[in-house]
Amino acid sequence: MGAGHAHPLYVHGHSRVHRMAPEAKVAAAVTFVAAVAITPRQALWAFGVDAACLAGAIIASGIGPRFVLRRLAVVLPFVAFALFIPFVASGDRVDVFGLSLSREGLWGAWNVLVKATLGASASILLAGTTEIPRLLTGASRLRVPATLTAIASFMVRYLEVIAGELGRMRTAMAARGYAPRWLWQARPIATGAGALFVRSYERGERVHAAMLARGYTGAMPDLGERRASIGEWAVAAALPTIAWLAAVTALTGVLT
Amino acid sequence: MHAPDGFLNLGTAVTTGAVSATAVGGALRHMRSTLSDKQVPLAGLAGAFIFAAQMVNFPVAAGTTGHLLGGALAAILLGPATGAVVVTVVVVVQALAFADGGLTALGYNVLNMAVVTAFGGYGVFVLLRRVLPDNASGVIAATGLAAGLSVALSAMAFSIEWLFGATAPVPFDTVFGAMVGVHVLIGVGEGVISALAVGAVLAARPDLVHGARDLSRAQTADRARIGMRGFAIGAVLVTLVVAAVVSQFAASAPDGLERVAQDQGLVAQAQDHALAGGPFADYATDGVRNQQASLAIAGGAGVAVTLLVGLGIGFAVRDRRSGRFTGARAPTASS
Repeated sequence: MGAGHAHPLYVHGHSRVHRMAPEAKVAAAVTFVAAVAITPRQALWAFGVDAACLAGAIIASGIGPRFVLRRLAVVLPFVAFALFIPFVASGDRVDVFGLSLSREGLWGAWNVLVKATLGASASILLAGTTEIPRLLTGASRLRVPATLTAIASFMVRYLEVIAGELGRMRTAMAARGYAPRWLWQARPIATGAGALFVRSYERGERVHAAMLARGYTGAMPDLGERRASIGEWAVAAALPTIAWLAAVTALTGVLT
Repeated sequence: MHAPDGFLNLGTAVTTGAVSATAVGGALRHMRSTLSDKQVPLAGLAGAFIFAAQMVNFPVAAGTTGHLLGGALAAILLGPATGAVVVTVVVVVQALAFADGGLTALGYNVLNMAVVTAFGGYGVFVLLRRVLPDNASGVIAATGLAAGLSVALSAMAFSIEWLFGATAPVPFDTVFGAMVGVHVLIGVGEGVISALAVGAVLAARPDLVHGARDLSRAQTADRARIGMRGFAIGAVLVTLVVAAVVSQFAASAPDGLERVAQDQGLVAQAQDHALAGGPFADYATDGVRNQQASLAIAGGAGVAVTLLVGLGIGFAVRDRRSGRFTGARAPTASS
């Protein structure tokens, strides 16, 4: 492991967004995304407002729009699904470039596309400016059960180690000429996974023994990281507040 | 299937969130009551293992690869409660730190990928253990079937959520057919790999397999040897049977479910879609009188067609696959 091994989504920096207390950032991201999720799909202007706010925050964070765009690839499978919707959905048909598409389906596809893109961009901004241990600190300060965050922190800490073992197993198999093409050639991979589980579990036992030896009493010590100030909460609340105002305006506009 | 934000409507997100929180909360309480503080580092390392196991690419056919989901595997190795908690942590960290799956979609993502696979998979496992012999072979076979079915169960759960929370009027049959059809095939790989992985753990540290704790030493050592080819062919045969059975569900249950959804005004009136005239429209085969048989044939044919299309794509792209050994998680098309 060693130092400096942040996770692949983190971009090192010292911007205002990076320095913000993690609990404020996590809460802001979740409430912003919730506002996007409830915005009615016809309210194009509201999505425009959300996107503009988010773009402003991304520029302020200095992680770079190109980084965000590259990472947006995680939503691609669902984009494929969204593009499929207009063909199979029911309802009125409209002709687009000679294809008969469902009007409702097109709206559905737009809905999935815009919300997935905005939601994933917000998550990428959060992950890009917050290291995982701080993310977990933020989550636990937001009353996520301590057992969950403790398990998550062990998981994150040893993920690189276990993934490294897996990588060495793969290298060893490839070095011995193993290049499987069919499912019935997968036995070494599966037994390797079994061996990896045994190794992970035994490592967990050793880690626990080492923790006991260092005076572990069942709770991790608080490293005394700074908590969010009221001013910080106010800054963090700016984005979600605008998004919620847009969403509520759009909702009432649609309902009346 | 790490669904993004806004994929299902608000009501579904909130409802599934409440169901997931209740289930995971119960699992957490059970976990705390059964074991000491040792549980936390062990569960954390098991989580790292499941995370890494999702990077394990195994060959499917003609050089295409799939990867493990691990919900049922975690439940069988660690017990259903710990397994569900561990997979939940994996899903939450993927959403929070890797932007994989939406933050407001966590309710249904946790439900489908952690709760349904761990508890559902373990339920199937326990039922199968009752009928299969009490030895290592029985445990391995039960693991394979349970892990494979857990993937199909997860797809079913997603389809049912779609029925109540669809954001586009795609008919339930289409979603159910596509989701379950594809996932039954993914389930073959999941089942084969999970079964062999549990077999390997049984050989090395049988005490670590929660689902085989009742076995004695002699029973653990008692295992039949079968070739991998037989194993894989058996898996495909089981898949065809499952597809035939599941298609019965697709035909009968949705009527009830759609009715419920309609009564609550949750679904716009269902209309026949563009493929209604196709040979397998509504998952029945034209020209076959017996409804059950025709459904079974349609289900089986669906799996066969998907398999062939997958093979074709596999052959088409096989020369392009890269042989890089990076630790990075490759984006995958499904789940």
